[in-house]
Amino acid sequence: MLATTALLAGACGTSGSGEPADSGGPIELTIATFGEFGYERLLEEYEAAHPNIKVTERKSGKAGPHHQNLIAKLGAGSGLADIEAVEEGHLSNVLDKASRFNDLSQIGPADAGADRWLPWKFEMGKSKDGKLIGYGTDSGPLAMCYRKDLLEAANMPSDPQSVKPLFATWESYFQAGQEYVQASGGKPWFDSAAQNFNAMVNQQEVGYLDREDKLTLDNNPGIKRSWDQVTAAVTQGQSAKLTAFSNEWNSGFKEGAFATKACPAWMIGVIKEQSGVENRGKWAVTDAFPGGGGNWGGSYLTVPTQSQHPKEAAELAAWLTAPAQQLKAFQAKGTFPSQTEALASPELAAQTEPFFAGDPKTGELFAAQARKIAKPQYKGPGDGQIQENVSTPALQAVEQGTSAAQGWQQLVDGAKKIVG
Amino acid sequence: MTVVQAPRRDDRPSAVPPRPTFRHRLSKWDVKYSPYAYIAPFFVVFGLVGLFPLLYTAYVSLYDWEIGDDDPPFVGFENYVQLFGDGQFWNAVGNTLSIFVLSSGPQVVIAVLLAALLNTRLRGPTGWRVGILLPYAASLVAIGIIFANLFGNQYGLLNSILEAFGLDRVDWQAGTLSSHVAIATMVNWRWTGYNALIVLAAMQAIPKEINEAAVVDGAGPVRRFVSVTLPLLRPTLIFVVITSTIGGLQIFTEPKLFDVGQGSNNGGSSNQFQTVTLYMYQQGFENFDLGYASAIAWMLFLLIVVIALVNFLITRRLASTEGGRR
Repeated sequence: MLATTALLAGACGTSGSGEPADSGGPIELTIATFGEFGYERLLEEYEAAHPNIKVTERKSGKAGPHHQNLIAKLGAGSGLADIEAVEEGHLSNVLDKASRFNDLSQIGPADAGADRWLPWKFEMGKSKDGKLIGYGTDSGPLAMCYRKDLLEAANMPSDPQSVKPLFATWESYFQAGQEYVQASGGKPWFDSAAQNFNAMVNQQEVGYLDREDKLTLDNNPGIKRSWDQVTAAVTQGQSAKLTAFSNEWNSGFKEGAFATKACPAWMIGVIKEQSGVENRGKWAVTDAFPGGGGNWGGSYLTVPTQSQHPKEAAELAAWLTAPAQQLKAFQAKGTFPSQTEALASPELAAQTEPFFAGDPKTGELFAAQARKIAKPQYKGPGDGQIQENVSTPALQAVEQGTSAAQGWQQLVDGAKKIVG
Repeated sequence: MTVVQAPRRDDRPSAVPPRPTFRHRLSKWDVKYSPYAYIAPFFVVFGLVGLFPLLYTAYVSLYDWEIGDDDPPFVGFENYVQLFGDGQFWNAVGNTLSIFVLSSGPQVVIAVLLAALLNTRLRGPTGWRVGILLPYAASLVAIGIIFANLFGNQYGLLNSILEAFGLDRVDWQAGTLSSHVAIATMVNWRWTGYNALIVLAAMQAIPKEINEAAVVDGAGPVRRFVSVTLPLLRPTLIFVVITSTIGGLQIFTEPKLFDVGQGSNNGGSSNQFQTVTLYMYQQGFENFDLGYASAIAWMLFLLIVVIALVNFLITRRLASTEGGRR
């Protein structure tokens, strides 16, 4: 009974605040975000510059519930904020319902054009029919983080310049992993298979779905090869088998359970927090990532058609994603900018990270990695669910003892169930 | 009922005058109909938050209804047909039943034994009673996180203890049975004390004279417990069994928090501990397939009704052969 009630509550999705659009008084805008966007001070600044506008921020803690709420209220037809933040992984579900969002290239200000963003970031915010649905906020360019002390103990190169060849391609990365496992007496090389596999799939020209939204797994040699590489590494004992963001994974940082970690810009903060002061100076980062570069994470600001003041909302969203503001958000909460101008700024270049060995210039390093990202991969509806609910658990099953072939079958069957 | 009837009988003999006054009639109506008005709020609330969702869910389950669809197509019983052929659903049913048996079984037995202990003369009885209720009062989310830590594969406390005794560590999340045991432990830890208190209340309502008579007849404590206490607890045990059936089959939070993937509804890497409610939630709010999720919800409802009935019959049987018929 409880279960059915819960289902109904979601289905009906009672409308939230539906303030009438009056012409006389100040315009009230709402912006719904999750996690930390670093907008608190910026919104105050915006209100001060625009006396006729009042902005309220609705913050939710985690991304999952935020997007569930977003899709449910999109369906209900009311209750959304004027500006809704959307995370990269959930973007395909939103682009799939493009008719319920405003085309920002039509209603937005002229200065928020394609040249503001890195090309791939801008392209990803567009729907299939070419409507601009979202302004890019932050991004997560990938680099490689590694434990300098552990590599040294295994008699392997350990300074940021000399490790680069190890991290040049996935072949060299897993080769080095095998050497490390042998030299260290069986210690794992990376945290979990899924963390690498997701990055590898994102680097493919065609992902889980092609442009016709058809599942590609039966004839996508790139993904199959990545699967074979990763699962082979698992059988060699390279994986610490720690599911990302679990309690065990957190403890793994303190214990030095793995030597390398795929490292989007925001991961620096996670490593710092989870490793603790006792591991200060043991981690290092280098501007190399197997297979070139990649992006992991980052969000967009959208204006649903439900908004009473779409023009004003688009203006605010454009202002928030302008290079100057994005730099301030970065300084406030570490959200790495995706705007070409912000990436070139001296402020960003000067950013260093004293927790890491050699006090690396992380701002400059990640800006360089961001420019290496080539083309965005098309992500159809269901792409994120395949990654979260099918490929990650399938790799976890392989780490728990399922054979690689059986795991692949689990991935194919599960993906067919979601797309089919 | 007695309230309704008592005045009426008083009225009859005095109802000799042919015309009852308006006041008289009003008070008659008051007696007759007011009780319905007094209990109406319950039925109104039940209709709104109980019956209506149930029926509406049945309605939704007949459509191919995705969140955001303007015009969901009617598909009749297709969702149910699909569900019957859905291996993942039956896997979830199996997991739910397994976790239910592993939790409710020990739970009721231990609760009765705990209640029997608490019913003896103890120092500071209130302290003990509050003590066993504490797990129930603790936040379920906190419990879930603590237990997920305890049962961690590499840094979990339980595995450290196993290793300290020279035993092999167990990958609690990976195995089907081991994960069910871990989840059942979580459920038992939380609910045993709660059930024990209910049983204790029933035990204290048993008249002392019956027990004293048994003592005079020469019955020992075990004999008294089996032949006197248990049969008299029958109605309470039926209540406890049915409530734990409903709760046990709807289990959701414990397996969700036990999954190492944050916020995952998969119930482990190969759905080894995905319960029916988790699967329903995944279909409804992760895949946005409301029609299918509603069909699952209805199947779960029917499953609960059937199992609660079976349990009711079994409990009645068991308790009555122990001496109820004598």
